[in-house]
Amino acid sequence: MVKVYVPQDSTAKALGADAVAAAIQIFAATRGVELELVRNGSRGIFWLEPLVEIETANGRVAYGPVMPEQIDALLSDGLLDANHASPLYLGMTDEIPYLKRQQRFTFARAGLADPVSLDAYKALGGYLGLEKALTLSGQAIVDEVKTSGLRGRGGAAFPTGIKWQTVHDARASENSTKYIVCNADEGDSGTFADRLAMEADPYQLIEGMTIAGLAVGAEQGYIYLRSEYPDAHRILNAAISCAEQAGYLGENICDSGHTFNLEVRLGAKAYICGEETSLLESLEGKRGMVRAKPPLPAIVGLFGQPTIVNNVLTLAAVPFILAQGAQAYADVGFGRSRGTLAFQLAGNVKRGGLVEVAFGMSLKELLEDFGAGTFTGRPMRAVQVGGPLGAYLPESQWDTPLDYESFAAQQAVLGHGGVVVFDDSVDMSEQARFSMEFCAAESCGKCTPCRIGSTRGVEVIDRIRANQNRDANLELLQDLCETMVDGSLCAMGGMTPFPVMSAVRYFGEDFVKQTQEKSEEVSA
Amino acid sequence: MPLTAEQITRAVQLSIDKLIAKPGALLPILHDIQDTLGYIPPSAVPQIATALNQSNAEIHGVISFYHQFRTHPVGKHNVEICRAEACQAMGSRSLEAHAKRALGVDYHQTTTDGAIYLEPVYCLGNCACSPSVRIGDRVHARVTPERFDALMDELRTEKLEVLNG
Repeated sequence: MVKVYVPQDSTAKALGADAVAAAIQIFAATRGVELELVRNGSRGIFWLEPLVEIETANGRVAYGPVMPEQIDALLSDGLLDANHASPLYLGMTDEIPYLKRQQRFTFARAGLADPVSLDAYKALGGYLGLEKALTLSGQAIVDEVKTSGLRGRGGAAFPTGIKWQTVHDARASENSTKYIVCNADEGDSGTFADRLAMEADPYQLIEGMTIAGLAVGAEQGYIYLRSEYPDAHRILNAAISCAEQAGYLGENICDSGHTFNLEVRLGAKAYICGEETSLLESLEGKRGMVRAKPPLPAIVGLFGQPTIVNNVLTLAAVPFILAQGAQAYADVGFGRSRGTLAFQLAGNVKRGGLVEVAFGMSLKELLEDFGAGTFTGRPMRAVQVGGPLGAYLPESQWDTPLDYESFAAQQAVLGHGGVVVFDDSVDMSEQARFSMEFCAAESCGKCTPCRIGSTRGVEVIDRIRANQNRDANLELLQDLCETMVDGSLCAMGGMTPFPVMSAVRYFGEDFVKQTQEKSEEVSA
Repeated sequence: MPLTAEQITRAVQLSIDKLIAKPGALLPILHDIQDTLGYIPPSAVPQIATALNQSNAEIHGVISFYHQFRTHPVGKHNVEICRAEACQAMGSRSLEAHAKRALGVDYHQTTTDGAIYLEPVYCLGNCACSPSVRIGDRVHARVTPERFDALMDELRTEKLEVLNG
């Protein structure tokens, strides 16, 4: 019997994992080899996907990237016998440096097993956190989360324990319930940590939400998932259904007398619905218009009831904190940024993937030691951290330590940990224009500076790029950005100026470029 | 064979009846209608409004807010090209231009043979292996213009087989 692992993760599949898996099955069937094929989650080493693993007496060995056109030759060369001579042979999976140098808390289980297998989850330490939580009072659970120092992983980095305390202390109306809402509308370009967490380890999120329900006395949870993630949708629904059958969800969970129901709701391609109040509106069946705060969702949230809205990774960190103790989590980190952050190396990078490390590593270490330079091999020029609302950082800022406060000091954000690399072929005035264009397309329209300002922003940048009244228009752009920052309710309008102004400030030379004819036209 | 008005009404009603008990049922209902019919027919608006005791304007407002919902039939295969930053860093701008040229359509348009409907998308979460294209429920990574053409050919071949079969 040979045990083989081929991920069912959507990036692995996008690179041909299904064809690889099928070829392995056919090969085994025609040779009469007894095969157990596990479609595991991905370990997040996406530059090595499709990553095929073979179980050996000493542990799992890996091959990658195994492209569909290479699999037949690899099989003939003795893949199923764990042939060490193959050029795609990577050695023991756990010893792959990219993986070994990480500190995996939230992604410790990612890629180890079939994500939908509840037995596998439990065998790997799953549901120990819930077990512990069931022995504690709601307040004691909230206290654990506070002690851990966990801060919201969606981008705003608000202390999770304080949010939970507010919901714990608030009261739901009669005949109603409090809610746990998971924000799985991971719309930032360059981010895929939520997707990986949901596709590779869905029970961890389910367990985290159940613990949150126990902590604050909520009986209903919703995962608001973006519709761009069909694989995550399928895997979450399958896992929820298994958890219900096993008594981990529904009424009287684990014979505790507690009820917690969970449902996945799909978004409909609207970036703004990643903003928590807009998300709640959408869940209620409305346009995703941002709500003014206060009242905070913790007090008046979904259907007017006290609601925890947390990001996937925030909730997914909770089982570890309960199972291993808050101190184990708080022991790693940097300054006020405790625990680990899942960075996502993306864009024009040689070794893209998920890198979960303690806060405090510098951006440069991440880019060089993990990313290994650009995919195209050209010099790296700009790095956008924190999604489409995050600043573009020039090389002079790459020494910044990766923690919330250090980034804030540079007028940048860590956000959800997305790191998008650009090589020297990038035109930063085009990127600045795109930021405004994206804001115009995705603004909910509630605040004028965001709704109109973004359209005007595109026009002003177009004029600058065409060298029309350049200095006056640059000043106008600055003024417009200030108005957007000061006059918008949420981060969409309030932070779109970050990438725009960072492009102007640090890559100003891209805004003077113009063809000779164009400048002559203008002066004529 | 387009559906009759009566068949459409029945399909919409089935979606409504199946999901109306859910709190905040409107998005699930709209998804279900679009999954069934491929779009949300204008006649569905008053039907949903009556069922949810809301105004036509409210239902229309929700449909028009979300990029995903469309109110007219589109091509057989939904092809989405990622326009977001990680894909831009890997050449998605030229991929977009190539795709539009090769298919002879702009975004939100269907090819003349009715095979392909082209849409933009902002991030598919495949950002470590950009540029990305989604076809139906399937994501494709590192899509070059040549790979894009091959994928489109596959879709059209599939269509011919169906027609001949």
